[in-house]
Amino acid sequence: MSSPLLSACRVTKRFGGRTACHDVSFDLWPGEVLGIVGESGSGKTTLLNCLAGRLVPDGGSVAYETRSAGIVDVHHLSEARRRLLARTEWGFVNQDAREGLRMGVSAGANIGERLMAVGARHYGEIRGQAIDWMARVEIDADRIDDRPTTYSGGMRQRLQIARNLVSNPRLVFMDEPTGGLDVSVQARILDLLRGLVEGLHLSAVLVTHDLGVARLLTHRLMVMQGGAVVEQGLTDQVLDDPQHPYTQMLVASILPV
Amino acid sequence: MPDTTIQNTLPQDGAYNYAYLDEQTKRMIRRAILKAVAVPGYQVPFGGREMPLPYGWGTGGIQVTAALIGRDDTLKVIDQGADDTTNAVSIRRFFARVADVATTTHTEEATIIQTRHRVPETPLKDGQILVFQVPIPEPLRMLEPRETETRTLHALSEYGVMQVSLYESIARHGRIAKTYNYPVMVNGRYIMSPSPIPKFDNPKLDHSAALQLYGAGREKRIYAVPPHTPVKSLDFDDHPFEIETWTESCALCGSTESFLDEMIVDDTGKRLFVCSDTDYCESRR
Amino acid sequence: MTSSQPALRVCGLAKSFTVHAQGGLALPVLRDVSLAVSPGECLALVGPSGAGKSTLLRSLYGNYRADSGSIRVRQDDSWTELVGAEPRTVLDVRHRTMGFVSQFLRVIPRVSAVDIVAEPLRRRGADPAEARRKAEFLLGMLGIPSRLWALPPATFSGGEQQRINIARSLIVDYPVLLLDEPTASLDVANRDGVVELICQRRDAGAAIVGIFHDTDVRDAVATRVHEVIPPASSPPVSPAGVSP
Repeated sequence: MSSPLLSACRVTKRFGGRTACHDVSFDLWPGEVLGIVGESGSGKTTLLNCLAGRLVPDGGSVAYETRSAGIVDVHHLSEARRRLLARTEWGFVNQDAREGLRMGVSAGANIGERLMAVGARHYGEIRGQAIDWMARVEIDADRIDDRPTTYSGGMRQRLQIARNLVSNPRLVFMDEPTGGLDVSVQARILDLLRGLVEGLHLSAVLVTHDLGVARLLTHRLMVMQGGAVVEQGLTDQVLDDPQHPYTQMLVASILPV
Repeated sequence: MPDTTIQNTLPQDGAYNYAYLDEQTKRMIRRAILKAVAVPGYQVPFGGREMPLPYGWGTGGIQVTAALIGRDDTLKVIDQGADDTTNAVSIRRFFARVADVATTTHTEEATIIQTRHRVPETPLKDGQILVFQVPIPEPLRMLEPRETETRTLHALSEYGVMQVSLYESIARHGRIAKTYNYPVMVNGRYIMSPSPIPKFDNPKLDHSAALQLYGAGREKRIYAVPPHTPVKSLDFDDHPFEIETWTESCALCGSTESFLDEMIVDDTGKRLFVCSDTDYCESRR
Repeated sequence: MTSSQPALRVCGLAKSFTVHAQGGLALPVLRDVSLAVSPGECLALVGPSGAGKSTLLRSLYGNYRADSGSIRVRQDDSWTELVGAEPRTVLDVRHRTMGFVSQFLRVIPRVSAVDIVAEPLRRRGADPAEARRKAEFLLGMLGIPSRLWALPPATFSGGEQQRINIARSLIVDYPVLLLDEPTASLDVANRDGVVELICQRRDAGAAIVGIFHDTDVRDAVATRVHEVIPPASSPPVSPAGVSP
């Protein structure tokens, strides 16, 4: 096994006097899906944003091993390089697809944007790739020229996933990717994500408050409470044999079906 | 009939400083122009002044012209190619009055040409300056409303979103349907709005012998294309940039090579096509 | 065959559960468990209900976290320690060396029975069509009617789900197999198919540890028996929050 793809070291982020995430360290290995679980306000999303370079932590560092330029400190990169990294090697799937999509342009343009951003200038080829990705996320190709405003919530989320994966990233950050969707719609997206992550050998950091989602998609879990990681380990081990009082409470709070 | 000879009929109005703006303001604008010329296509903010006409009537162009003009200059002002519209006549008279400057309608005689929405058909020469009136200087504005973000996109040359708008046009219309204000890449670095000129005029910007200055009064931005600078219209490999063509020729001069305006000339809907550039058209009759 | 080097070796294993909801009540379950299983052996865990057989099996798989002791698995001609191991080490052992048949199938929404069975093989890089063929073969052997193969098993009967679970775990030739009541909800005919598969795998050199309540099944597959002794003075437990 090679070296970690992403390495967080003592990441701390404060908002005023409140510490949103405190002293978080972990390594993410190639092909690994790490889940971050905890209640609302536990610091999950803040941590995710720090990892993805969207927030600058007050302490600690995040290292990422690039495809060709070795290991870089995410927060010491120039803005130009960090943004380039974010649209070539990374993806970011927002809970609200409207934040991750351009709602004013067609689905095809949404998928093609990353390709054009790195220099694709052949309309036919861009469109061909968009059609290919629409199929992979199970959207009818004849919806390619429709705007996402005409899409259902589940379709928007699948479009957002396609828009992120078209540039063949290695690492995808996901913030509650199935939050706010109907259960049947959720199942379809989970299944899709599962297949894509496995088929493309993606690494991912997934924030969720849904332990069922975490069990289905992740290899490893970190449980956060009040900004700190209180427990981490193999997903099935954390869920089946929780050690920390907070984790035991979380696990015991799942409604049986 | 527009005036067709060099005129200097009005004495300078002594109630105003030369060329209307005070000297400090002109110097400030000249500094902005110098910076704009040094960084082709980059939008330089400047302290735009209130001018004696409303925004949208050429306040940006007038300030640029005022900062440049001297008694030795010969000024031409066109609006949609015509020398004889209200806007063109008013601006020409304004500078004749406040700057004691000769005016002309002949493209080749002018040292400064202030224009709204056209580039003259007659090729420009070394030493000439073309001043554009610009309503919205930011080419990315319709795609990205945040100024902080558009500035970042320019700074980092992140222009995928501009290409997205062209993609969208082809997806909707089968071709790039944008016919005016067609975005260009200046000197391989900055994407620039050429102001709402027809895309027919875009090729004239490329390696032009004249200095091109763009003034946006409401948004208080100046940008420039120095002489002989590459200006490329954006496109796709399989949908290359093309200019408009007409099957008709000019009803007045017979030109088949100039940008034509379509006119409805009577109640029965009879149509005529005539050159939009009045000086060019008259010189051929 | 028992003379060869063990494939799995457990020394001094201890496991207790601490239930914080009950004031940090500590419930010891396993104490000083030691065993070794060699290729070709099938070790049956026996003991009264609540003795900790299931807990032991789950600890071996890394599903439960051992408190102390050692669980070592033979992999790549060396020992890999699972107690205190990094998650990715455990995942690697599960991926390549150790299979687990639990009592219940964890259904994945929308995924068909045949794809659920084929998945472990596909994940190891097998050709998808080939993995599918092998999955269909196993499903047929376990008596799942072919009309069900393309359906997601969420609505299948308990027995059908369990056989799918078995097929999924046996599709890869894991050198070490852990079986938790593989025949619990099966009728006699289907049970025999499972027994046959287990025996085949054992005779092909797999090291097997299992819990078999059905004595006929146990007699058919087990080569040895290991008695799990209930911890003195403690009631039978199941850890907090775990669905049975």
